[in-house]
Amino acid sequence: MADLQGAADAVRTAPVPCVADAPCADAVPLLSAPRERRLPNRRAALALAVLGAAALIAVVAAGLALAPEASRVDFASKALAPSGAHPFGTDWLGRDMLLRTVSGLAVSVVVGLSAAVASALIALALATAAALGPRWADAVVSWLIDLMMGIPHIVLLILISFALGKGFWGVAVGVALTHWPSLTRILRAEILQCRQSGYVAAARRLGASPPAIAWRHLVPYVLPQFIVGLVLLFPHAILHEAAITFLGFGLPPDLPAIGVILSEAMGYLSAGMWWLAVFPGLALVAVVMLFDLVGSSLRKLVDPHGAQE
Amino acid sequence: MARFVLGTIGRFVLLMLAVSLAVFVLVDLSPIDPLQANLGQAALLGMSDEKRAALAERWGAHTPWPERYAAWAGALAQGDLGTSLRYNQPVAQVIAERAGNSLALMGIAWVVSGVLGFALGVAAALRRGRRLDRAVRAYCFVLASSPTFWVGLLLLTVFAVGLGWLPLGFSVPVGKAAADVTLLDALRHVALPALTLSLTGVANIALHTRAKALDVMGSEWFRFARARGLSPARAMTRHGLRNLALPAVTLQFAQVAEIFGGSVLVEEVFSYPGLGQAAVTAGLGGDVELLAGIALVSAALVFAGNLTANLVYGLVDPRLRVSRATASARPPRGEGIARG
Repeated sequence: MADLQGAADAVRTAPVPCVADAPCADAVPLLSAPRERRLPNRRAALALAVLGAAALIAVVAAGLALAPEASRVDFASKALAPSGAHPFGTDWLGRDMLLRTVSGLAVSVVVGLSAAVASALIALALATAAALGPRWADAVVSWLIDLMMGIPHIVLLILISFALGKGFWGVAVGVALTHWPSLTRILRAEILQCRQSGYVAAARRLGASPPAIAWRHLVPYVLPQFIVGLVLLFPHAILHEAAITFLGFGLPPDLPAIGVILSEAMGYLSAGMWWLAVFPGLALVAVVMLFDLVGSSLRKLVDPHGAQE
Repeated sequence: MARFVLGTIGRFVLLMLAVSLAVFVLVDLSPIDPLQANLGQAALLGMSDEKRAALAERWGAHTPWPERYAAWAGALAQGDLGTSLRYNQPVAQVIAERAGNSLALMGIAWVVSGVLGFALGVAAALRRGRRLDRAVRAYCFVLASSPTFWVGLLLLTVFAVGLGWLPLGFSVPVGKAAADVTLLDALRHVALPALTLSLTGVANIALHTRAKALDVMGSEWFRFARARGLSPARAMTRHGLRNLALPAVTLQFAQVAEIFGGSVLVEEVFSYPGLGQAAVTAGLGGDVELLAGIALVSAALVFAGNLTANLVYGLVDPRLRVSRATASARPPRGEGIARG
């Protein structure tokens, strides 16, 4: 029995390649059949993407609706550890940490999402210019990418936030302006690949005009990558937003983003109020992972290389 | 060889020019009033208009920016980074004092995360689909989604506040004379920040190495080694690791920017007196010259990381040494090499 199991493993890890004229079933005895899945992969991916997006929208809606409630001060119940009435505990002003966390998440998601959209649009514009424009445009764009990647991201964010006088716009603009390099590289490569493909050459020979080629071939090719790239930019954007806010450059204290909550919590950790940092942080991690899940599910759906999986 | 050296120097100078110009423009855009930042609100209010005008003249507040940039860049070229407002010392001295702390922190984290990430990646690939693999991937996914500073806060809560094993912050014990600080003291203070940076730095390199190791295990020569009777682990150590080391080393050197960014956050959490903390103090306190100096130093550090990656290629892969000697100055691409 153990031998059989070992052999099955060997077959699974190092399958013998099928020779074209010999049927595979004869060459390799079937030692293990693939597990049956209850849900096809693609449908599962779609369901994950939709569920994830719905959960995020719910968080934002709840956060915006609860915002006034979240800043209500109640000195009668200050510095309480997590309990049934206050699942996340309360802070030193008696504010309920669950409400504060949800409304903070909403702020962070909105800032992160708008920044990701802006960055993705910049990436699209630059990638198009680099791939379809003159040679010097390509050189300029790739030099810009190198320059952006040559300064540590956080330092760049500090500089931009400093230039804009800190505060809300400092973070929003900083995060929006600094997340395009990696997506630009991907999109540029995609556009180039599409332009050199056989079907574009054929369309050109058939007399299609450049705008028609762009609309019929380029847009359907690049748009899915663009949308997936945009969603996957978001986790970076929200983490950097939280980081720069935590350092004190970002959102003002009256806008309770997660970064603000965590940086305020830092002063109370040594007093043993661990729940001030643990739960808001966990919630942020959950949201980031949710966005990542949505993005990777979407990528599974639109990526032609994985169409058979 | 000479071409390579000259080209590198040229690229470095160009980068420094671009970074200094970008930094200058950004700082110049800032709405923070230079007089108020330099003097403080109270002093500015109690001052006569003539005195204010004289000071503005002395600091060149009305000089057009190209002239000011030229003056600053000229001083930079001679090694004069200016004077820090917050620390009341030359910027170069502030940076030099703190660079040691930061480099120790980043160096430890860089080595630990690199070695650990590489080992985890290879192990996960060898045990693909098993519990170990799933654990490694879950760890990487969670850690990649966690803010570095939050991980730091958690470790601080557990090990410094809760258990009391390690100090809360700073790089040396409070109230101890500098001469009395032992190596053990320093290590105890750097432990938590370095642990934070290492734990979060592992994710990227582990996932990358895992993917590359799976590529290697699918290759024909790996299968041939297995067919000769080598166990997967044996085949991996004999034939796989050298191929995997190259992309891993590249990635780890390219991570220098990430680690620097992480160190800014971690230093702030642990009040660790390094470059990152100085950058935050400078940014919040309007200390323009220190902020610009640190931005330049960090860009130089990232450049050094990338350059080292290029040089290490040659050490790990003998084929590239030959091709470089035959005057091809193009940096090699990692993808082609893993296929052997």
